[in-house]
Amino acid sequence: MSPKEELAVIGKPLPKVDAWEKVAGDTRFADDLFLPRMAYAKILRSCHPHALIKRIETSRARALPGVYAVITGADFPPVKFGIMPTSQDEEVLCTEKVRFVGDPVAAVAAVDEETAERATELIDVEYEVLPTIMSIEQALAQEKVRIHEYGDGPNIHKAVSLEFGDVEEAFRQAHLVREDVFYFEGNTHLPMEQHAAVARWGPDGKLTLWSSTQTPHYVHRAMAKVLGLPMSHVRVIATPNGGGFGGKSDPFSHEMVVARFAQLTGRPVKCTLTREEVFYCHRGRHPVLMWVKTGVTKTGEILGMHFRSWLDGGAYGSYGVASTYYTGVLQTSTYKVPVYKFEGMRVFTNKPPCGPKRGHGTPQPRYALECHLDKIAADLGLDPVELRRRQLVDEFSMTANHLTITTCGLGECIDKVVEASGWRDKFRKLPPGRGVGFAASAYITGAGLPIYWNKMPHSGVIVKIDRGGGVTVFCGSTDIGQGSDSVLAYVVAEVLGIAPEDIRVVTGDTDLTPVDLGSYSSRVTIMTGNAAKEAAEKLQGLLFDAAAKKLDVPPSALEARARRIFVRDDPDKGMSFPDAAQLAEAAYGTLAAAGSYTPPMRGGKFKGSGVGPTPAYSYSACVVEVAVDPETGEVRPVEIWIAHDVGRAINPLLVEGQVEGSIYMGLGEALMEEQVFRKGLHKIPSMLEYKSPTTLETPEIRTVLVETLDPEGPFGAKESGQGPLLPVIPAIANAVYDAVGVRVDEVPITPEKVLKGLDLRAQGKEPRVGPERVPAARFPEPIRVPLPGEDSTLEAQATIYRRAIHRREGPRS
Amino acid sequence: MMRLPPFRYLAPRSVAEAVRQLADHGPDAMVVAGGTDLYPNMKRRQFEPRVLVGLRGIRELAGIRGSARQGMVLAAGATLTQVSNHPEVLRHYPAVARAADLVSTPQLRNMGTIGGNVCVDTRCNYYNQSYAWRKAIGFCMKKDGDICLVAPGSDRCLAISSSDTAPVLWSLGASVRLVGPKGERVIPISALYQDDGIQYLTKAADEILTEIVLPPVDGLRATYWKLRRRGSFDFPVLGVGVALRMEGEVCREARIVLGAVASQPREAADAGRLLVGERLTPELIDRVAEAAAKPSKPLDNTDLVYHYRKRMTRVYVARALRELAGLPVGEFPLGMTARN
Repeated sequence: MSPKEELAVIGKPLPKVDAWEKVAGDTRFADDLFLPRMAYAKILRSCHPHALIKRIETSRARALPGVYAVITGADFPPVKFGIMPTSQDEEVLCTEKVRFVGDPVAAVAAVDEETAERATELIDVEYEVLPTIMSIEQALAQEKVRIHEYGDGPNIHKAVSLEFGDVEEAFRQAHLVREDVFYFEGNTHLPMEQHAAVARWGPDGKLTLWSSTQTPHYVHRAMAKVLGLPMSHVRVIATPNGGGFGGKSDPFSHEMVVARFAQLTGRPVKCTLTREEVFYCHRGRHPVLMWVKTGVTKTGEILGMHFRSWLDGGAYGSYGVASTYYTGVLQTSTYKVPVYKFEGMRVFTNKPPCGPKRGHGTPQPRYALECHLDKIAADLGLDPVELRRRQLVDEFSMTANHLTITTCGLGECIDKVVEASGWRDKFRKLPPGRGVGFAASAYITGAGLPIYWNKMPHSGVIVKIDRGGGVTVFCGSTDIGQGSDSVLAYVVAEVLGIAPEDIRVVTGDTDLTPVDLGSYSSRVTIMTGNAAKEAAEKLQGLLFDAAAKKLDVPPSALEARARRIFVRDDPDKGMSFPDAAQLAEAAYGTLAAAGSYTPPMRGGKFKGSGVGPTPAYSYSACVVEVAVDPETGEVRPVEIWIAHDVGRAINPLLVEGQVEGSIYMGLGEALMEEQVFRKGLHKIPSMLEYKSPTTLETPEIRTVLVETLDPEGPFGAKESGQGPLLPVIPAIANAVYDAVGVRVDEVPITPEKVLKGLDLRAQGKEPRVGPERVPAARFPEPIRVPLPGEDSTLEAQATIYRRAIHRREGPRS
Repeated sequence: MMRLPPFRYLAPRSVAEAVRQLADHGPDAMVVAGGTDLYPNMKRRQFEPRVLVGLRGIRELAGIRGSARQGMVLAAGATLTQVSNHPEVLRHYPAVARAADLVSTPQLRNMGTIGGNVCVDTRCNYYNQSYAWRKAIGFCMKKDGDICLVAPGSDRCLAISSSDTAPVLWSLGASVRLVGPKGERVIPISALYQDDGIQYLTKAADEILTEIVLPPVDGLRATYWKLRRRGSFDFPVLGVGVALRMEGEVCREARIVLGAVASQPREAADAGRLLVGERLTPELIDRVAEAAAKPSKPLDNTDLVYHYRKRMTRVYVARALRELAGLPVGEFPLGMTARN
């Protein structure tokens, strides 16, 4: 790989390729699309959390002037869908049963939104109300009430148990064994843009769907399945997203509703959800109850850990199987955990379905783990940073649960935030009411496996060069604001020696672009970046070959830079990029090349090993300073320092933006955001009453980027979109403890909980607020997996290491 | 997205014309000034007027005039931004400027008026919901139903008074001018309200609030403290307006008025009396705050746990008094970060 200073585009704080359109208000989001003769759709949603549908009468709605069509579940084939192949449990419109307030029941297409909405009120639905399950405890206690008929037990969607080594034996060896219980309340993504979709059914019988989705490929598959169409007759176009954060990663009812309406009415049909409906689509952070037990030595080294999680999944499966595993797999990827046992369980409740939100299933256990370690440090009288610093995972190693670590800049991240924050002068030394807290984390750079089993690439890119030197990049990826379109342009511009503004990026269109699996799991930069690099390098080869002939030098003597191709040692000898393109096209024909990327297969060989593996882990360390008002219990973040190992910052400006966005989102989860319900209804489904912080509540953020040049990433890049959220929440909780001596073991840390803790302290009781107990364990017998050292994986580690060194130091990759 | 229901918009040029139009259309009509509260409520069908009488084009309803010596007049149509930025208001009635400045967001303060804030609808998280949501939970008596969902035994609506400016104006002893078909009247602002979440104003439906009259300053010192989660957007979940008339170090007159603890601003009269004839010592302030918390009876129908809001009454009253006494108040809470 080229040394950093040789790169012309990568590593520079350039504007995003879509910046001009965005700031000029020229970006067309899904709701900005207006097609001739377009109709508008509205969905009637269940008003009961749990009920049988006895009868749906639509005649009054059909009779309303301006109504084009009214549909119910009977207007679709009896096919269920869902993002995970094992959880196909959703209907476009419910036919027999509704499972939460907001479950779609019927839909209207009309001349305008007002008419459509009025018509939904004229649909008469007769329900038989069923008992409601609104919590993990209720789901496990009420075995006779069943939300779904499938799963691993009554109201249990998924139950897993894995043991790596003998955890009880590790506890017997330990100097200290500590148990703690934590609860993380659910919260939602709150993207600025509400979901919207427009469908057009062409006279050729083919369907086009424009949708604010993060996963056009998965929507493409689901649409074809539900509508009974060949995939070749369905085109899904992902419109620019006004924020996703995981909330637009599932196929949704409204997408299929507009498609069916377009077919029935012969008109294009649009559906834009209200903010309230976005709260019902949800797929946000699971509420998770957690129990953790860890055995450590006298100096705090972890000997073994046992972690249990109970996830409140809401009414449907969504990504829940993956979420369940994610609450257990990444405990081992920051600190050495030589022996590890995980038991996890996701239950169904009559609430909007939970799914992936920034950090997918890992912020909850990270919060628990980092607070737990803080308590262990306090028990042992050790500095909590030192306790962690001395047992970080090794680079190019394998964890107890068979995860492969490549680069790890966590040590450097920790040192940077400790120094920048003045940790040593602050921890346990600030005046009462002021405190600092620390936490660290790791996150995946793309899931190692796709959502559905297949052996095809996860990302494909086609690059085409025009005779005028213009370059177009085609990729199925979806820019949800994180800058993935820009990353494609930067990578191709770097390889071809042109400027990002010379490149047009075409993304997220299943007719035009090769498949990319979508904007989730922090996979886009590494996967599309590697695919784009491969495609661009193929074209670079053709350009160099053609130019080399003309210049009479070997291709290896050439370099592409500043829109020229020239001899490296004699820069005046060369030609413009368009001239080289024309020579190459004359010699080799139309200039287009494809690149693709498939992550390395290196998970374990046990059931459940598919979740957790990734090409590379990003690392973050965070220090938060807070001021806690002892009279009001209010927690005010004063300053936040974060260091993030991003591998390589393709564009440091965008990486810092991702880090700051993660911190802002983490602040909200730590201090105020919660999905709460009353009488089976979402209590506060509005942006006014669902409290999320504003700029006024966001303190100064000091971001340090650490670069480890990971051999797996394009130019060494790892992820930055999700990982930096993880340490923020526990760092705040730990800072509150440092400030006022109160442990709030339940997120969000609201003022009344802090006051309750202070009251307990004043009464001489344990100043802790949080869950007291967990349900009786009803996990399956664990799958006992040998530790990596116990089989032949040492050899595998050596191979990884050799490959890494080769790629890091070898010839230009 | 949520849509406004159809309505007719009338644009009178004078108060007299507006009053006539209101009378002509009877219960079908409502007045609208900034519309920041009314239009969202119409989208959720909490209000279903067929006719809106728009007050924006009426010159008499604009402007801020007067002086500290004579008292000031805030025309009802003055925007909250105008009130909070007005140099004379800022200098002589800083509590009014602060309360106006703590309403919602800059954009909404540019549209919303002081008259609108004084008359703002009471709020309840069983009521400030979409039609479909309210239908799902079962309508409440404030709109479309017959029971109170906060306290099903209650014979009246318990929605919360949510004006930021009302507690301060009440504490200052402000008056309001009302103009109706039978003429005009000026009443103390304390007489404008009553403790009923539906009929929270004593103003007749065909009366228009045209002015808020602030008394001469004459030794009055006032402040406003607001509890909410964030420094923007949020309605108060507790407001504390305190006005003291000081003679040197001694308090001659005191009014403490609590917002967002009942369906109307609620004066803590017993607490106020404790201050009269006294110096503002920290010990007295604590006693007064304790007494002021007594009439605070928040319910579980807005943000933050109700016993927490009750507990904060004492803290916020104490801090408001400490601020007026020139004693340290520490960091202002998050909800007041954007204050004047």
